[in-house]
Amino acid sequence: MSGIVSALLNSLDIGLLLFIIAVGLNIVFGVLNIINFAHGALYMLGAYLAFTLINIVGMPFWAALFLAPLGVVILAVLIDRFLLRFIYTRDIADSLLLTFALLLIINESVRMIWGSGIQVVQPPQLLAGSMHILGSSVPTYSLFVIVMGLLLLAGLWFLFNRTRIGRIMRAAALDRDMAEVLCINTRLVVTGVFAFGAWLAAFGGVVAAPMRALDPGMGDKIIIESFIVVVIGGLGSFPGALLGAIILGLIHGFGGRYLPEVNMLLPFLGMALVLLFKPHGIMGKGANA
Amino acid sequence: MKTKILLAILALAIAGLIAVPWIASYFYIFIFTEILILGLFAASFNLVFGYTGMLSFGHAAFFGTGAYAMALVLIHLQWPFLVSLLVSISAAALLALIIGFFCVRLNEVYFAMLSLAFGMMVFAVAYQWRSVTNGSDGLAGFSLGSFGFGLDLTLGNPAVYYHVVLAIVFIASAILYLICRSSFGMILRAIRQNPERVSFAGLNVRTYRLVAFVIAGAFAGLAGGLIAPFLRVASPELLHWSMSAEPILMAILGGTGYFLGPFIGAAVFVLLETLITSFTESWMLVLGIILALMVIFFRKGLLGTILDWWMEVRK
Repeated sequence: MSGIVSALLNSLDIGLLLFIIAVGLNIVFGVLNIINFAHGALYMLGAYLAFTLINIVGMPFWAALFLAPLGVVILAVLIDRFLLRFIYTRDIADSLLLTFALLLIINESVRMIWGSGIQVVQPPQLLAGSMHILGSSVPTYSLFVIVMGLLLLAGLWFLFNRTRIGRIMRAAALDRDMAEVLCINTRLVVTGVFAFGAWLAAFGGVVAAPMRALDPGMGDKIIIESFIVVVIGGLGSFPGALLGAIILGLIHGFGGRYLPEVNMLLPFLGMALVLLFKPHGIMGKGANA
Repeated sequence: MKTKILLAILALAIAGLIAVPWIASYFYIFIFTEILILGLFAASFNLVFGYTGMLSFGHAAFFGTGAYAMALVLIHLQWPFLVSLLVSISAAALLALIIGFFCVRLNEVYFAMLSLAFGMMVFAVAYQWRSVTNGSDGLAGFSLGSFGFGLDLTLGNPAVYYHVVLAIVFIASAILYLICRSSFGMILRAIRQNPERVSFAGLNVRTYRLVAFVIAGAFAGLAGGLIAPFLRVASPELLHWSMSAEPILMAILGGTGYFLGPFIGAAVFVLLETLITSFTESWMLVLGIILALMVIFFRKGLLGTILDWWMEVRK
């Protein structure tokens, strides 16, 4: 019983973290119609910036949680203004290629600045240690990640359904030309959405930092996981991102505990299975290609 | 006139390539062997990308599979080289059939994500399945035996191996070229431009895409089978997505709209890599910057840009 509880909580913290990353990928795709291959690299950058702010500068964790994503947002605005603006009107392959180039650049820069070794960020005092829930011991930090994920989920839902900014973003996603006719500055929306996606990735990176060791391959791992989430849930679907993330979280949480030998393969098998029966993902819509 | 000049340049280039071991040092023999193998790898990628319009981020899966198949056959069975190459090709084609079955069903965006995810799955398998693949160390310590056909060639000699690679890459490229020029190749190009119209014309786009994907996988497997004895190791890096980035960059660098583009891209790529890694370790950083610049400013590649410029001058 206690094994199941801790596996479940473990699945939830992995799943909600993945949701934070994958939903950013989805929002950017929805409005800009590009898949940002560098999304995982931005997540990694958030984690490494937090590492520098906490371990080198000596800031408290909470300050880093606020500041590190802001740094990444500034970078994202620069990327949008100086690189992506060239290719928004081109074929989608060009945006895939350009963000892939960005991924190579950011990955190697991280390796140059912080080295190839593993770095560790300690959780803040308040969240260190563990708690007992239904007879099993759970790291407090893991609960913090779950709470953060749920708060963000509620915040995003509110943003998209109850605020003007959210409506503008949805309008731009549905029909950018029409939005422009209605006096919406879509140029600003595009930059804003790209920056917001980057903020989500970097925020996820800071949240993940005390839970996982930092290494220059962490961005690659998370982007592949996010792709699997998006494929399982359905590209561009908000509930799909949540569902896909929870499914992948469960696969990791229970697979890691009960089937360690094939754990690495399970996410791909899950993805292949979904593709066979629902080619556009569980929540995805659209006709077959 | 134009084709005659191009043919003359091509003949000269081939003659030059044949003469390399007699006029250049071992260092350059190695470099040219690498260029030829990676050129074939990039050309196989371009069948999927430049011709069919599917941007694959997992092409290294087939390259690496070819390399592992070659290493495994040489270690456990010691079959002749040509037979081992056939195993490399078949293994990669089979994998391409399985992965392609899932990938070609959906649009470009899904294809890109899926090819990357499946490519990294193959990497994960090679990394974890220690009993067969020897994990992160890779497979080494195999040696080339006979060539096959009763030919007596010392494949261990770099100059001999270079000529063997040259001959195989030449034949393979000729076959690939004929495929691209055939009516099948024309349909692939039509699919890239407008898949809806092709399917309205009564052709099954999905099947054509899958066949193109498998053919490309088979040729990538052949290139992988050639690289394993050259590097003397089959390691997981050959399957990693940074390896998948190489044919992408080579094709873009040379020009995706031309059959010879990827080969020229491979030559520039390998020469640049040799130059840059001699004074910095951050080759991937330079690679990323070049890729970004090429995509933004020189989307037609070096070959396309030069040909455009030539046309302009001749006007």
